[in-house]
Amino acid sequence: MTAVADAPIRAGMPSLARLRGPLNAAIGIGLLLGLWWLGGRAVADNPDLFAFANFAPEPTLRRLWSMLGSGEVVEMTLPSLYRVGAGMALAAAIGVPVGILIGRMARLREITNIPFQFLRMISPLSWMPIAVMAFDTWDGAIVFLIAVAAVWPILFSTAAGLRRIDPAWLKVARNLGANPFHMLFVVILPAIAVDILTGIRLALGVAWVVLVPAEYLGVTSGLGYAINDARDTLDYDRLAATVVVIGVIGFALDSAASAAIRKFNWVRDTH
Amino acid sequence: MFDEAEMRDMSQTTGPAPADTPRRRVPAGAHVAVRGLGHSYRRADGPVLEAMDFEIQPGEVVALLGRSGCGKSTLLHMLSGLSQPALGEVVINGNTVQGPSPRWVMMFQAPSLYPWMTVAQNVALGLRFTGRSGQIATRVPEVLDLVDLSAFADRNAQELSGGQQQRVALARSLAPRPEVLLLDEPFSALDAFTRRNLQQDVRQIARGLGLTLVLVTHDVAEAVRMADRVLVLRANPGRIAEDVTIELDEPARQGTCEAFQRAHDRLMGLYSRVADIDTAAAPQTI
Repeated sequence: MTAVADAPIRAGMPSLARLRGPLNAAIGIGLLLGLWWLGGRAVADNPDLFAFANFAPEPTLRRLWSMLGSGEVVEMTLPSLYRVGAGMALAAAIGVPVGILIGRMARLREITNIPFQFLRMISPLSWMPIAVMAFDTWDGAIVFLIAVAAVWPILFSTAAGLRRIDPAWLKVARNLGANPFHMLFVVILPAIAVDILTGIRLALGVAWVVLVPAEYLGVTSGLGYAINDARDTLDYDRLAATVVVIGVIGFALDSAASAAIRKFNWVRDTH
Repeated sequence: MFDEAEMRDMSQTTGPAPADTPRRRVPAGAHVAVRGLGHSYRRADGPVLEAMDFEIQPGEVVALLGRSGCGKSTLLHMLSGLSQPALGEVVINGNTVQGPSPRWVMMFQAPSLYPWMTVAQNVALGLRFTGRSGQIATRVPEVLDLVDLSAFADRNAQELSGGQQQRVALARSLAPRPEVLLLDEPFSALDAFTRRNLQQDVRQIARGLGLTLVLVTHDVAEAVRMADRVLVLRANPGRIAEDVTIELDEPARQGTCEAFQRAHDRLMGLYSRVADIDTAAAPQTI
């Protein structure tokens, strides 16, 4: 009898379980907006902080809407995406091959370990003065700073992936007549694709964080510049709207990276 | 215990010569010769292999039987060209083996399929690596059919059972049409039932194709079931102690008749003496 009574509830469970993720996400977003709104009210009610009332959700989102309409958002985002893209490409172009080399050769790994760990722990922003002196253009300096920040996660993740490769995979490939080109593109790279992409995802997070302060440098475009500019012109709703744009794009980039990881992940649950 | 003369005598009465069986076609397999082969590992005390000299005829199925550590796996790696001997040489069809080649393919204990590929993609690799991608469309279904896995072509390799995975590995080894197939205890990780089926299938497939088949094993029953000839290896240093011909017809190799048991006991006796095992304590595999 209880089994019969339970049956409809059980049948109803899967759809509830499906809703659970989106529902919790909505609760999270709602909480964040609520806190923001409360903060805005507190600022508006405080006579000393009254000037900053435009940081509240309502003026910010209204300004964001008009910035989206006027194309201002796209205009300030594109240069930033270009700089992050160039920096990430440079970081991957160095990090993946070097990661493969130190993953394959124990000797090289031992030699490079201390120098790499030392360099990795230096905040990328501390290279800023050197970058400004070394590069002719501000753009060059920013791309360099992003690459310096992004190279380490990619490099170490690639190296770790390579060390986990089943040696039998290489032996089988050699046995079936694979040349070094096959070995790299048919065996090694697909085997560590997920590790490389995980490194890229971590690197993207760091790069996006480094981007804004790097764009406080001399450039006159990009999200970091927009923040600085809004502060200088006391345009606080624009400042807050730019912060929202930075967060949304960062979240989108991270989601894209994690979707790529899911796509290339060959580990199945059945095993 | 039998003495050697007795054993040789018995081997002649255990059935028709393999050459008389109707399944045997003109061999596509290669002739293998091992000449003065010896090897030592850098940190080992003595040589692992010493004064190895033997020949394997085209289409012959030969088992290298010995305990762990007798160097049989090392010997197989040298036949495959994956490692080079310190002394002597391996000659396949008149050419000294310098390195691995799809003409002499090794199958390992673990199937080691690439988990990011489908079954068909795994099987196609040998052809792809050797610039024969044009043959993939016809050859892959052909070898999958040979190992009874046609229905699994588009499945991910990870979804298959251990026995099926080893069959895929077999198909992958056969796809580039090797002349010699080398098996390094490829069934040892499988359950008894799957193992027996595969032992029979591999022998039948190799004989059907006329392949030269060399397998390494420590299982006497496996050697009797699969091999035309068994080379019994002694350890420290690895040397060939006995060269035994198994003259059983195909039904007798299923291990259900007296002839199989006689051949098994005979080989077990030799193996025990060479390997210095107490026969009573030796695993009874049948």
